[in-house]
Amino acid sequence: MIYLDNAATTRTAPEVVEAMLPYFTENYGNPSTIYSLGSASKKAINQARKTIADSLGANMEEIYFTAGGSESDNWAIKAAAEAYASKGKHIITSKIEHHAVLHTCQYLEKHGYEVTYLDVDRNGIVDPEQLKAAIRPDTILITIMFANNEIGTIEPIAEIGAIAKEHGILFHTDAVQAFGQVPINVDEMHIDMLSSSAHKLNGPKGIGFLYIRKGVKIRSFIHGGAQERSRRAGTENVTGIVGYGAAVELAMKTMEERTRKEIELRDYLIHRLETEIDHCWLNGDRVKRLPNNVNFSFLFIEGESMLIMLDMKGICASSGSACTSGSLDPSHVLLAIGLKHEEAHGSLRLTLSADNTREELDFVVDSIKEIVARLRSMSPLYEDYLKKRTI
Amino acid sequence: MYSEKVMDHFQHPRNVGEIENASGVGTVGNAKCGDIMRMFLDIDENGIIRDVKFKTFGCGAAVATSSMATELVKGKSIQEALQVTNKAVMEALDGLPPVKVHCSLLAEEAIHAALWDYAQKNGIEIEGLSKPKSDISEGEEEEEY
Repeated sequence: MIYLDNAATTRTAPEVVEAMLPYFTENYGNPSTIYSLGSASKKAINQARKTIADSLGANMEEIYFTAGGSESDNWAIKAAAEAYASKGKHIITSKIEHHAVLHTCQYLEKHGYEVTYLDVDRNGIVDPEQLKAAIRPDTILITIMFANNEIGTIEPIAEIGAIAKEHGILFHTDAVQAFGQVPINVDEMHIDMLSSSAHKLNGPKGIGFLYIRKGVKIRSFIHGGAQERSRRAGTENVTGIVGYGAAVELAMKTMEERTRKEIELRDYLIHRLETEIDHCWLNGDRVKRLPNNVNFSFLFIEGESMLIMLDMKGICASSGSACTSGSLDPSHVLLAIGLKHEEAHGSLRLTLSADNTREELDFVVDSIKEIVARLRSMSPLYEDYLKKRTI
Repeated sequence: MYSEKVMDHFQHPRNVGEIENASGVGTVGNAKCGDIMRMFLDIDENGIIRDVKFKTFGCGAAVATSSMATELVKGKSIQEALQVTNKAVMEALDGLPPVKVHCSLLAEEAIHAALWDYAQKNGIEIEGLSKPKSDISEGEEEEEY
């Protein structure tokens, strides 16, 4: 099997599993108890919290564990909207956010909030000037993703953060794809809230965190006990938190070497695809791009068909076609960067890890060439194109 | 998510291709929603479908339903071919996931569109066949690439 869907989820690192194991069977105490078994859990949680805080240039007290990226996004946006409602009810986001952000914004629109969805350019980049122009006296929150999950484009977060700070507006970023892939410093980038999820960086599933800058008044999301400074009740997911800590430690230690290798592999894959296959192109920015993301549109064919054929060759990938989204519309991200529907239907996302090899990628490229040729030979769109060309 | 039959027809689609000077050609669906089917019929003087070919742009289910539809109409009379409904195609494939049911509708429409084209070319009327609604060839002009 060749796994090229690391933006969907990653393999839990063996070191991470190793770190988690004792907290299932030996140190299983509830961190809220006073006996030493409980203290061991408490200590482990705080150690993970410290590792994570350090990786962002944040303080331990600013890291709140959640069940993952979607919960963090929901919490940040809904709670900030509620807490700052007396100041205003206007939120600014972009058209290419993850659904955890977009659907939360749509929910708030039904409850009296106004949301501005910023356009992006052909590469998926938000224009800071457009952001400035969208700011109103009643704007209470700007939420822009750090890097896009489909096309890998990295947004000008430091610039956006500076604009938010200058206008005294809260700035949240969904960093689910970026954390562990690119260096992030919450102070330098003026980030007030940041969402993340462990399973995107070789940690376990079902655990994430929300960074909340000290002083930001944001309500509890889950009411109950005093866990997470009373802002997120419920007995801590100790094993998950320990695993997350271990994953972040590993990610920070390996970031430079790992991303260098990923970029090399990524650019090799991009080069082979765009030079060896006709009527295809790279989606997203070439430079401001996540180290592991490759996203192509292949004309005249449909993404799900490609995925099934790749799967038959043991290759795991993803697509922005409608058929993979369960609706009739293809990916909102690909439409927002200006692709036509049929161009978005023919998209293929390959997200690498440093464990992939050139040999694997060679096999993948050869497979894609074969699959694209086969599907085109069956495609009425390709037939029409060829006929038009000969006239 | 797909039945073995769907996977079989997707991996080994029957009757893929074109028929030159076909008796009838029908194209249905549109690129916007991600599925286009084109069906070619070769109909003999007795009104029997001698040969049938298809080309499809679309997902696994779209390819499989096109393939199955061609199998169901091959060697049949025009009236028999009209009886091939989307339900019949789905049943022959051991079912489709709910989000893919529209693919089977497209397969039924593709047969109808090809038969309609045949009737138009020959100036005849086929009982029970009305003008197909989603024949894209008479709708918007396709865009240049």
